[in-house]
Amino acid sequence: MTDTSTPGKKTDWASPQLLAKVAQRQRAEKRFRRLGLSAIVIALAMLATLLFSIAGKGYSAFYQTRLVMDVTFSEAVIDPKGTRNEDDLRAAGYGGIVRDTLRETFPDVKSRKDLRELFALVSKGAPMQLRDMVLDNPDLIGQTVPVDFIAGDDIDMFNKGFIPRDVPEGDRRVKDMEIAWFDQLDAVGAVKMVFNSTFFTSGDSREPELAGIWGAISGSFYTLIVTFLISFPIGVMSAIYLEEFAPQNKFTDLIEVNINNLAAVPSIVFGLLGLALFLNVAHLPRSAPLVGGLTLALMTLPTIIIASRAAIRAVPDSIREAALGLGASKQQTAFHHVLPLSMPGILTGTIIGLSQALGETAPLLMIGMVAFIVDIPGGFTDAATVLPVQIFLWADSPERAFVEKTSGAILVLLGFLIFMNALAVLLRKKFERRW
Amino acid sequence: MARDQIRIVGSSTVFPFATTVAETFGNKTGFKTPVVESTGSGGGLKLFCAGIGDEHPDITNASRRIKKSEVEKCAAAGITDITEVKVGFDGIVLANSKSAKPVELTKQQVFMALAKQVPIDGKLVDNPYKTWNDIDPSLPKTKIEVLGPPPTSGTRDAFVELAMEGGAKAFDMLKDLRKSDKKAFKAVAHSVREDGAYIEAGENDNLIVQKLVANPDAIGIFGFSFLDQNADRIQGGIIGGVEPTFENISAGDYGISRSLYFYVKAAHADKVPGIKEFIAEFTSEDAFGEFGYLTEKGLIPLSEEERTKVRNDATSLTNLKLM
Repeated sequence: MTDTSTPGKKTDWASPQLLAKVAQRQRAEKRFRRLGLSAIVIALAMLATLLFSIAGKGYSAFYQTRLVMDVTFSEAVIDPKGTRNEDDLRAAGYGGIVRDTLRETFPDVKSRKDLRELFALVSKGAPMQLRDMVLDNPDLIGQTVPVDFIAGDDIDMFNKGFIPRDVPEGDRRVKDMEIAWFDQLDAVGAVKMVFNSTFFTSGDSREPELAGIWGAISGSFYTLIVTFLISFPIGVMSAIYLEEFAPQNKFTDLIEVNINNLAAVPSIVFGLLGLALFLNVAHLPRSAPLVGGLTLALMTLPTIIIASRAAIRAVPDSIREAALGLGASKQQTAFHHVLPLSMPGILTGTIIGLSQALGETAPLLMIGMVAFIVDIPGGFTDAATVLPVQIFLWADSPERAFVEKTSGAILVLLGFLIFMNALAVLLRKKFERRW
Repeated sequence: MARDQIRIVGSSTVFPFATTVAETFGNKTGFKTPVVESTGSGGGLKLFCAGIGDEHPDITNASRRIKKSEVEKCAAAGITDITEVKVGFDGIVLANSKSAKPVELTKQQVFMALAKQVPIDGKLVDNPYKTWNDIDPSLPKTKIEVLGPPPTSGTRDAFVELAMEGGAKAFDMLKDLRKSDKKAFKAVAHSVREDGAYIEAGENDNLIVQKLVANPDAIGIFGFSFLDQNADRIQGGIIGGVEPTFENISAGDYGISRSLYFYVKAAHADKVPGIKEFIAEFTSEDAFGEFGYLTEKGLIPLSEEERTKVRNDATSLTNLKLM
């Protein structure tokens, strides 16, 4: 538009042609804005659908059905010798007490087959529940107190409405007889819904009502600690060396290409590497968080190196030059000035790398961490599994009650991921410097 | 040996049963709860046969019998004493949504619907059947759409071996082929069509159940325990006139069922504490008996006679004999 700068020749900005052009430009901009907005709306709608469907299926995992019945802690059964010795109390026949309680509550049930159904009203863990109560408080022996029994998984599903009443009896896992018993308890207010603390405190179980994610959370914790301890120092050191010290030559370029390439390698490959290196050569124990952490550290390293290098590069050269000018050595410049200034960016990258590692299952498959483990791991070499693996194992279980447990565990995992990513954002916001 | 925890690997089909026993065993006894990995039958035996020592598993589960080649591999690694324990049966069902009519098929029809090549007029041709009534006019006029496990799955192996091979034998031409060239016969009988009629739905049977409910025309292939758990939404198809019920599979009347096993490394039995007790727990009437807790998980028990024999052989660590 050279016309505008030519004096004397005035442009008629209000001419119809120019007005039409302006209108066209404005239309194009509006169109682009709408498209952009709709892209975001679609993405948000997808996310909302995902979250709602998981939350809708999973929230019921956080509470569970309890059946209240009066239990007589008979001394003759629990502690016939009256010694109150802890080992004796532990070994007593609590299963018998559970069965007696049910028989007394439903005296009409006689046949062996019906009794089997009756005993399935409460969880298989009921004897353990009583045992723990007695061990906590031996004074209970000889008393009759109401106990909140954890209901069996089928009854729990029925109470939560996942098993409908109105289908033919043969197609239901909860039979008419069991519904009648349930209604009888319900009528006297003996059916309760309580917060499912088991879900957060116990390890895995084949009984859905007893299964929990604490074992998997501990496993994830130990694994991530190892991953962090290995990948953070090595990653940051490599980044500093490559950015500040390495000579600019073909060899450095080759390393750079390889690191970028490694970041894109499918995670299962790292699993195979872990299997070959840590299990077959180093003979570390299978299924251990130590091995899982080492394997995931290999996977996280490239991410951390790339993020750290970007953060180090973002520190302006004037800082380096000032430090060198005042007589600092190259190493002092790097460690006293560049590294502290780039730390927020490095930490953000590390947290994002670690949250990636937290969600990973494929590499753990090869090193035996996809396993059924009941005992809660207490160290780096105990057999353990991790949260995403627990989700995978539950999703594959036939019991109907594991559907809600799966979604519940996904919610917990998402919670951890949101927490970690929020922490990354927060660190960046709080400590980031702009030049 | 420093390990004080039993390590179990193997079949994903046996996994729910082995884990249940492991948990009960851990609760009942003072031993640590065994660690059970789901690696598939073949993968489990590979790990099992790798050697004797701390880092190798003590027990492997299998949804098929150990092969001769695997026994040889074990022997090469010094594992000569293996105890085989047969735990029960598993049925493979062809099921569809409750909202549709129940499926009723013969093995031959299953083969015709799913094989890559079928014999027509004495020649093997690429499977031309698109709808069920192309195969037999008595069948409904709906598209052939079968959701099943991928080739890596033991369920798929068993399905192909029991249902497809059984169906293939119904053709005289293929029967003759079997006599003359067993390999060629297997290639035909074991090849599943890849033109979209058979949909590989991944290893997750719950997913197949959900897809069946959403699509009443589709048929799914999976283990009996999933049918048992979802009987309000899906129904098992009648194969060769027999319904897939607990009783029919147990009696051996239902055509597509297989035996489940686990194998114990006898050399480990004295080293790792609890192995003998674990075997005793698995083979107790409480566990794999007719009314044992494993039947609640969908295991179909052996006959009483066979159970007694298995229990005696297992607890005395009798060596494996391959016929």
